[in-house]
This record gives sequence, C-alpha cells and structure tokens, in this order.
Amino acid sequence: MDETKDKIRAYLLRFFRNADLQDDTDIFAAGFVNSLMAMQLVMFVEKEFGIAVEDEDLDVENFKSVDAIAALVQRQGALRA
Amino acid sequence: MELTPRQQSDRAAFRAFVEREIAPYADDFDRRECVPTELIRKVAREGYMGLSLPAEHGGAGRDFVTLGLLHEEVGRGCSSVRSLLTVHGMVAQAVLRWGGPELRGRWLPALARGEVVAAYALSEPNAGSDAAAVESRAERDGECYVLNGRKRWISFGQVADLFLVFARCEGGPAALLVERGAPGLETEPIRGMLGTRASMLAEVRMKDCRVPRANLIGREGFGLTHVLPTTLDFGRYSVAWGCVGIARACLEACVRYASERKQFGARLLDHQLVRRMITEMIVNTRAARLLCQQAGRSKDAGEPSTLVETLIAKYFASTAASRIARDAVQIHGANGCGGEYPVQRYLRDAAVMEIIEGSTEVLQSTIAECEAPNIIHAEEAATA
Repeated sequence: MDETKDKIRAYLLRFFRNADLQDDTDIFAAGFVNSLMAMQLVMFVEKEFGIAVEDEDLDVENFKSVDAIAALVQRQGALRA
Repeated sequence: MELTPRQQSDRAAFRAFVEREIAPYADDFDRRECVPTELIRKVAREGYMGLSLPAEHGGAGRDFVTLGLLHEEVGRGCSSVRSLLTVHGMVAQAVLRWGGPELRGRWLPALARGEVVAAYALSEPNAGSDAAAVESRAERDGECYVLNGRKRWISFGQVADLFLVFARCEGGPAALLVERGAPGLETEPIRGMLGTRASMLAEVRMKDCRVPRANLIGREGFGLTHVLPTTLDFGRYSVAWGCVGIARACLEACVRYASERKQFGARLLDHQLVRRMITEMIVNTRAARLLCQQAGRSKDAGEPSTLVETLIAKYFASTAASRIARDAVQIHGANGCGGEYPVQRYLRDAAVMEIIEGSTEVLQSTIAECEAPNIIHAEEAATA
C-alpha cells in the first residue's frame, strides 16, 4: 500500500508542484485538476497498476486524494486476484 | 518510425480504396454538399467504421497507428468522408470506454459494422470551445431522461441513426445516447459551409425528447471531465491525421502542376520561390506525420501522455495544413481559385480543421498548461 501511495503521490506532485499535498488532500476541492488531468489520472492508474477503471468507478470519491486512489487500486487489484 | 508489414499492407489497401471510391468524386461531393449513402455503405463494408474497435465487439481490432493511416488516406481524398469516420469513431469510443457492458453489447457491433451511423452532438449556438456553457438539459423522469435543447453544426446529423448528446443533468454535465427515432428529436440540414461541405451538417433540436435512463454514458457529472476528453482525444487524433492527408494532397497536386506549368520560359518547379514553398510542404507534412505517429504509439501503449501528444499533433498538423493549402492555391494561381483544380477545396477544408476538436487558440493555451509540468519533471529527473 505504501508503495502504491508513493507512486500516486509522485505522479500528482509532478502537476501540483510546491503544493502541500497530504495523502488526504482533496485535489479537486483544492483546484489542482486542469482540463485534461482527470483523464490523465485514469490512464495513469490503469497503466501503472494494471487495472481497468470502469464506468461504475466514475465517482469523485475514488479519485479525490492519494488515499482514495490507493484504495481504488487495492479494491480493483483484489477483484483481479 | 517504421511501419510493421501489416500496417504497410493495410495502408496500401486504404490507398487503393480511396483512389477508387473517394478521391475521383470528392469535388462532386463538395459541390453537392453530400456524401452518397452508397459510399457510406462501401466504407462500412470495408470495416473502416470500426477499424480500431476490439474484435470482441465486432471491430477489426487494429492499432491506433493503423487507424491513423486510414484517416490520412481518407483525408487525402476527401475531408468530409474523413469527418464521417471521426464523429462516428468518437461516439463508438465513448460507448467502448464508458458505456458499460449493456450499452457496449447493444451498440458496438452495429457501430463497428457501420449498420448504425453515429454523430457527436456537443456544439450549441452558445457553446463552441466552451463546452461547459452547454445549455441543453436532461431531466430525470422515472426511467427516462427528458431532453430539451438545440445542437448546432452536427456533422452527419442529417443521416445519423444515433447521437451522443451532451446535456446538463441534476448531477452535473452528462452524455447520453439518443436514437434518431426518439420522440421529440428533429434535425434540419445546415448548408453553405466554408469547408468539409459534404459533411451533411445539421441542427439537432430536442423538445421533450425522452430517452431511457440506461442510455446514460458513464455517470451524471462526468460528461465533461471523462466522456468529453475521451471522445475529443479520438477526434483530435483523427483530424490531425486527416490534416496530414490534406497536406499530402496539396503537395502532390503542387508537384504535378509545377512540373508541367511553364512561366517565364521555365517550369514553375525551376523557380526558387516555388521550390521554397514545396520544400516547406515536404518538411511540414513529414513532421506532422511523425507527431501523429508518436501520438498513436503512445495510445497503443496506454500512456497518459498520449492526451498531450495528440493535442500537439493536432495543433501542428492543422496549422501546417492551412499554410500548405494556402501555398498550394498560390502556386496554382488563378487555376487554384477555380473549380477545375481541387486545391481551393483543400484550402477551405483546412480552414475548418483549425476550428474543430479544439481551435488553434484553445490548443495554444492548453498545450503549455499541460506540458509545462512534464518539462520541469524531465529536467529534474535528468539532474537527480
């Protein structure tokens, strides 16, 4: 889980430089997400962790923070196992 | 960037089809402002409407580089026919990516075979580049959505069987599939456009138009953040390759013309200023194709960077096609301004390419916004 969070955090910090990004920071509420960011994030999660984000996963709660994304990755990984 | 043997043989087949069925008639399509139904059927029979859709959904399962090769060849022949592949593919992509098992099963096989022709209904009289300004509304009523609003400049809206409509819902912006036969849906042809005149544009009006709730793509609130970028990415990729096709058509027409036409006792091709224009065409066409191939390869690899690479390819290819088409008319002189030569069509079509699927100005702003973090990241990684 820690490794997953490290990868997510590193990816997000590329876009949110100098931001105080905690694992529970709501990146949408903080206004960090630009016009392409939401889809880039989906593609990053799929590519990096080998999971498929489906229409039923379209929920801000799944992508709003490092913690939320890591939980989604863990759930999807468990489903695939 | 080398093509695989299969990509090369596919490209040869695309080229032969376009030479036989499209290019000789493109000026006529343009004058009549119509792509004949029989040609749409032939394109469908070749499997081109679902070229990149997975085989499990009835598509040909080709990679995105191959899809790009098709859109270059078709774009070289007729931008309006390429536009059909663009909008149809955008809708199919929405269903594939965010439609869920039920909608995929219901629509993808028919879309892949071209038995159903799809159109993309985003633009409105007051919402062009600013998609968030969409005014159409979809209100829940039991097991239906009730749609009200007006869509404008909808390519192939005159003949499409299925529309992907963006509208405001209670839960935020959303995208819904609307069938032509839905009660309350009307289309009216739009004629006299500057370019891609055969794209059979229509205004789509929805008045208390009822569609099942199951027609929602993705979920309410994700229309602009997920469905729109997925589909626009496909559209930009297609248009970028189509622009390479326009550029190549201009280049080939100019080399042919400048090799035959004589002025001041010499072929146009022997005049240095004409050579300069043709050199610019050669270099920019190749550069545009390389950017398109790069975007295609990153799509095939599932890289998130493909979204920005496609923006870059579309921006470069569309602006290059405009410059190249302008020079093509200039090289043809008065002949280039008349209907006897196709270069005036290329110029009009190229102008449209700088407006659709992200205007030049929107891309000039977005590319810097999206790519700057990656540049800093790469620099830091190199010095770490």
